[in-house]
Amino acid sequence: MSGPRTLFDRLWDAHDVHARGDGASLLWVDRHLVHEGSHHAFRKIEERGLRVAYPELTFGVVDHYAPTKNRAYIADPAIRQMINTLTDNTARHGVRLYGLDDPRQGIVHVIGPEQGITLPGLLVVCGDSHTSTHGAFGTIAFGIGATEVAHVLATQTIWQKRPKAMRITINGNLSAGVGAKDIALGWIAKLGADGARGHAIEYAGPVVRGLSMEGRMTLCNLSIEGGGRFGLIAPDETTYDYVQGRTFAPTGATWDAALEAWSQLGTDADAEFDRDESLNASEIAPIVTWGTSPEDALPITASVPDPDRVPDAKREKVRDALDYMALVPGRPLEGTAIDQVFIGSCTNARIEDLRMAAAVLAGRTAKVPGIVSPGSALVKAQAEQEGLDRVFMNAGLEWVASGCSMCVGMNGDLVAPGKRCASTTNRNFKGRQGRGARTHLMSPAMVAAAAVTGTLADVRPLLEGRDAA
Amino acid sequence: MSGWSAHKGPAVLLAAENIDTDQLIPARFMSTPRSAGYGDYLLYDARYDEDGRAVGHALNRHTPSILVAGRNFGSGSSREAAVYALADFGVKVVIAPSFGDIFASNAVNNGLLPARLGAADHALLADHLSEDARDLHVDLASKEISFNGKTLPFELDPAWQTKLINGWDDIDVTQQHMDTISGFANARRAHARWAWPGGGDGRQSR
Ligand code: SF4
Repeated sequence: MSGPRTLFDRLWDAHDVHARGDGASLLWVDRHLVHEGSHHAFRKIEERGLRVAYPELTFGVVDHYAPTKNRAYIADPAIRQMINTLTDNTARHGVRLYGLDDPRQGIVHVIGPEQGITLPGLLVVCGDSHTSTHGAFGTIAFGIGATEVAHVLATQTIWQKRPKAMRITINGNLSAGVGAKDIALGWIAKLGADGARGHAIEYAGPVVRGLSMEGRMTLCNLSIEGGGRFGLIAPDETTYDYVQGRTFAPTGATWDAALEAWSQLGTDADAEFDRDESLNASEIAPIVTWGTSPEDALPITASVPDPDRVPDAKREKVRDALDYMALVPGRPLEGTAIDQVFIGSCTNARIEDLRMAAAVLAGRTAKVPGIVSPGSALVKAQAEQEGLDRVFMNAGLEWVASGCSMCVGMNGDLVAPGKRCASTTNRNFKGRQGRGARTHLMSPAMVAAAAVTGTLADVRPLLEGRDAA
Repeated sequence: MSGWSAHKGPAVLLAAENIDTDQLIPARFMSTPRSAGYGDYLLYDARYDEDGRAVGHALNRHTPSILVAGRNFGSGSSREAAVYALADFGVKVVIAPSFGDIFASNAVNNGLLPARLGAADHALLADHLSEDARDLHVDLASKEISFNGKTLPFELDPAWQTKLINGWDDIDVTQQHMDTISGFANARRAHARWAWPGGGDGRQSR
């Protein structure tokens, strides 16, 4: 393709193995990440007598069903079975596995970048919708289903139709207590949970440039909650600094060649996007969700929506969500009593997230119980070195091992029916954290504020006079 | 997977928006092998109370092969189990104003049609089904839904249309290109060594 190109165009063109006449392309996959959910896919290829085509480009990790406590003995046979099946499948096909006892185990979207498995300029897929996280490196990264996982295992390629191009530019300045999670929930509330459907989102602008890799990953992670299968950010010095020296990152002359290639990746100034949206970060306040879709998000200073005051088309939906969430229309969000907190998940359990939460919790006591599950065993070790574990435990929260945990509850970490949880995760869907569980999504700092007050609360006053890392 | 080009069957309206894949199949059922059948788990928490008793849900009264749902159907998790639950229940077509992108490709990979309908036509159809289940005719070749002498056009990517009609399996299709793929891989390894784990020198540290 000639003419001005976007970052996404460049990445796509570099991976296009075969373009079919009908608009679909067969794309080369540089990295394939698999977790316990891959059992359908391994069975599919074995039924056909096929092998994993490129085991050295495939990486396995135990995360979705990983116990966060008592790992030595897994009582639930179904959970044990899921983990054993992944262990067997990866061993049989010569795929590297980060198992439960590996000091680098963690959530797939945390350890990919952490190990240097994820790099700029690559195409990364995983049977998990939050694979968009890896786009933070200037990477085409997207979630796929089981049939597609089987296809990638067998061929190291995937058929895709080129998505439309969308850019979200974030201008202004982030104020204290406001971060990537708030930006993401902000645009999703504005454009809708299907606002980016069919599009690859490039995040751009000064605020994005100023974000750390952790913040960029949070932003790209949540793309799927706005309907975007892909979210990406052009690589820069921040990216290279993060990548250099990681286990699987290139070294020496190969590193120099990589830098040369990566520096060519950006979007041309005159490239056109099918959609161009912008957001002013200076206007963003800390955000919480009130309903059962990530689009049901409002600043903490707002009130619970009143179904009688929303457009007709939305009335039933709002009523249904408030009914599930047991919230009273018109009441301030702030002050809503919660039962528990959860800090974890591939959205917000990296070291910076834990530092933010600890900055609020230091020297304070949580009024409600809660779990803190770091994004990886390495994040856990780092946090312990910094003494963050003491902060959480002194506040009365549980400090547990790494995994998806209460984000999806597959390992048994569940919110009980009817209980209200302030959570750093990504989905407030009905039943996501357990049947009848009521989830409010927010940033790690806001979850810490909720823990300290026992209610939905504005973190900003709690940060006064504190150094929020 | 076998292809199909037209389908006639009973349709039920699920008016809610954002019926996500966590609702379509709650996570706790996902360690089940497919051979056990996923149909019973479809929308489980909406169809059964905490003691496992069936509640007054449309899918407890009818066994439709066509669902008409609100916007952003199948959003959320990439779990293909959501499609297995629909397919094993007997659903062949879902009609909605919009679908989660990953859900839609999973659907097509299992012979399930995700038909997108414009807002006005969707409202018309929802109205038609508001009282009870009714038969609809879905023509995949002409991309039309018909009932009561009315015909509504739906949207579907042409590549997906061809795939559904032919019942194509992507692995079979791709295997015709295996030489091109290995040529591409070799060229990438030669010209972009950095794209291999550890720089492709086989000396990565552990
Ligand atoms: S933490 Fe949650 S969203 Fe992330 S990979 Fe695990 S289950 Fe998926």
